[in-house]
Amino acid sequence: MEGKAKKTINVLPAVIGAVMVCCGLYFDFYNQGFWGRGPLLIGGLLLIVVGLYLVPGRKHRVIVNGLFLLPLIGAFFITVLIPFLFGIFYSFTDWNGIKFTQFIGLKNYVQMFHAPDYLYSLLITFLFTVLNMVLVNFAAFFLALLCTSEVRGRNFYRASFFLPNLIGGIVLGYVWQFIFNKVFTSLIAGSVSMLTNPNLAFFAILIVSTWQYAGYIMMIYVTGLQGVPKDILEASAVDGAGALKTLLHIKLPMIANTFTVCIFLTLVNSFKQFDLNYSITNGAPSRILGAKAVASTEFLALNIYNTAIARNRYAEGQTKAVVFFLILAAVSLTQVSISKKREVEL
Amino acid sequence: MKEDYGRNKITWDARQSKQLIPELAGLMLSLIVLSPFILVIFNAAKKSADIVINPIAPPSDWGQLFVNLKNVIGNQNFSYWKSFGSSLYITVVSLILLTLFSSMAAWVLVRNKTKWSQVIFMMFVASMVIPFQVVMLPLLSTFRKVSEFTGIPLLSSYTGIITAYLGFGGSLSVFILHGFIKSIPKELEEAAWIDGCSPENTFFQIVFPLLKPVQMTVLILNGIWIWNDYLLPSLMLGLNGRIKTLPVAVSSFVGSYVKQWDLILAAAFLAMIPIVILFLCAQRQIIQGMVEGAIK
Repeated sequence: MEGKAKKTINVLPAVIGAVMVCCGLYFDFYNQGFWGRGPLLIGGLLLIVVGLYLVPGRKHRVIVNGLFLLPLIGAFFITVLIPFLFGIFYSFTDWNGIKFTQFIGLKNYVQMFHAPDYLYSLLITFLFTVLNMVLVNFAAFFLALLCTSEVRGRNFYRASFFLPNLIGGIVLGYVWQFIFNKVFTSLIAGSVSMLTNPNLAFFAILIVSTWQYAGYIMMIYVTGLQGVPKDILEASAVDGAGALKTLLHIKLPMIANTFTVCIFLTLVNSFKQFDLNYSITNGAPSRILGAKAVASTEFLALNIYNTAIARNRYAEGQTKAVVFFLILAAVSLTQVSISKKREVEL
Repeated sequence: MKEDYGRNKITWDARQSKQLIPELAGLMLSLIVLSPFILVIFNAAKKSADIVINPIAPPSDWGQLFVNLKNVIGNQNFSYWKSFGSSLYITVVSLILLTLFSSMAAWVLVRNKTKWSQVIFMMFVASMVIPFQVVMLPLLSTFRKVSEFTGIPLLSSYTGIITAYLGFGGSLSVFILHGFIKSIPKELEEAAWIDGCSPENTFFQIVFPLLKPVQMTVLILNGIWIWNDYLLPSLMLGLNGRIKTLPVAVSSFVGSYVKQWDLILAAAFLAMIPIVILFLCAQRQIIQGMVEGAIK
């Protein structure tokens, strides 16, 4: 009898919680003016969780598993998965950010690929991605060689090369805007700012991006280079291999995996570049293309943002974002297949 | 004997001079890499007119730095202490919840080899490819609808942005923790289980403390990202909203004081200083955490 009473008490929180959630939902549907519906809902859900936890019996382990997964999966669903699925759906409609009136099929996609500003943005983003990948990796590898040599003060160099990467692109972008507009123009007296010329502004972003990112990639190369076994290096030194020979024939092949990681990491991150682009140029200056003016340094991420937020064309922006995602997914799949292949070879 | 000594000395000297070139290169390069930071400090300590005359020279009067900083800190658009507090609050709460929840989730996913746990894990892994841009617009409308419907404020509120960081940071964190938990021997937990320890106590008292090193990686990786993130807070909280994070405050300040470089650089200085101090205190852990996160 006592056991039964205890069982009832244990189930009580879950029942009260369920009632509270029902009340909350009732107000959501029929009386949105009631202020207490939010707390009612949250309180009810919490009580249900507590109640489930108290439910005795053999199911306890299963319930704990569910409760452990719940918070993260809940957050993941409402912030990533559901918006993602909605986003793909919206790209086939005339969505305006709040609601859509009709389903228009592939019209957004067709229209988008006929817009010169988008095609231009696509082109310079690819160009930027490839150039940035090459520059960052060259710089990073060179710096990594320096930092793994016997040179004095290498810990200081490492820290100072790494520092720019820790500070947000927005803040750094404004700082560099100052450098391009005020410092460089005063270093070369009488020159105009790089940021007023479409081609030079592109290189300005490239410089800052390399400056910010090389230190990070360098540390990955440093980790890779330090992983090369010492006895192999000693053996090659005994055999009379010079520094260059050791680098080309021993170190480089040994860290091939690190190269793959770094190349794909820089590819993906350069492609996604937004912060620096937004704060250094925000797309300016404009370039005359055909008879139309297009923003000369507007990379895809910024193009999506400006299309939707600044120009208020949500469906179009969303469509561009879906294509953006597809390109990134293709890059990642390539990376996975390459590393799988390498694993098989090993 | 004497000859030998001489030869050694020569090689030693040669090594010295051989060292000279990399040393000079290292010094030069770090000077170049650090020069933007030096320029920020120099020019944050000048009057606007002095910057126009010479933006490279050190300031004549360092006292001006405090005048500029004071101006910026009290500014309506920037309100340093308030935005610093908001940034700190969002980052710390998100990190605590993220570490706790992703450890819990990863443990359940590793220790239950069912079809479901594999599907959920694959879903997390696959979602790492999803860029923020493809989610951001529908995320805003979903959050707006949910807040209207339930009366729980999600846009321009701490609840909403912390939930968003949980969702976006969760995948990578679970992935990293998953790999680590797999390497923990199962016998430890089985022994506790036989002794009558409940699953939740097994996790919190035995497994959770073992995860410390990898939780460090998760904390650093997500901490740097959340602290510096601009796009998500600017969209969810608004550029001139009630709550502002530091990057949003800098952007909003720059927007309102076009070309006032002395003040903008003072603001940039204030935005950079917390993380620079943190880096100086925990350099090794930060670098290690960020590199490990990238390799996995």
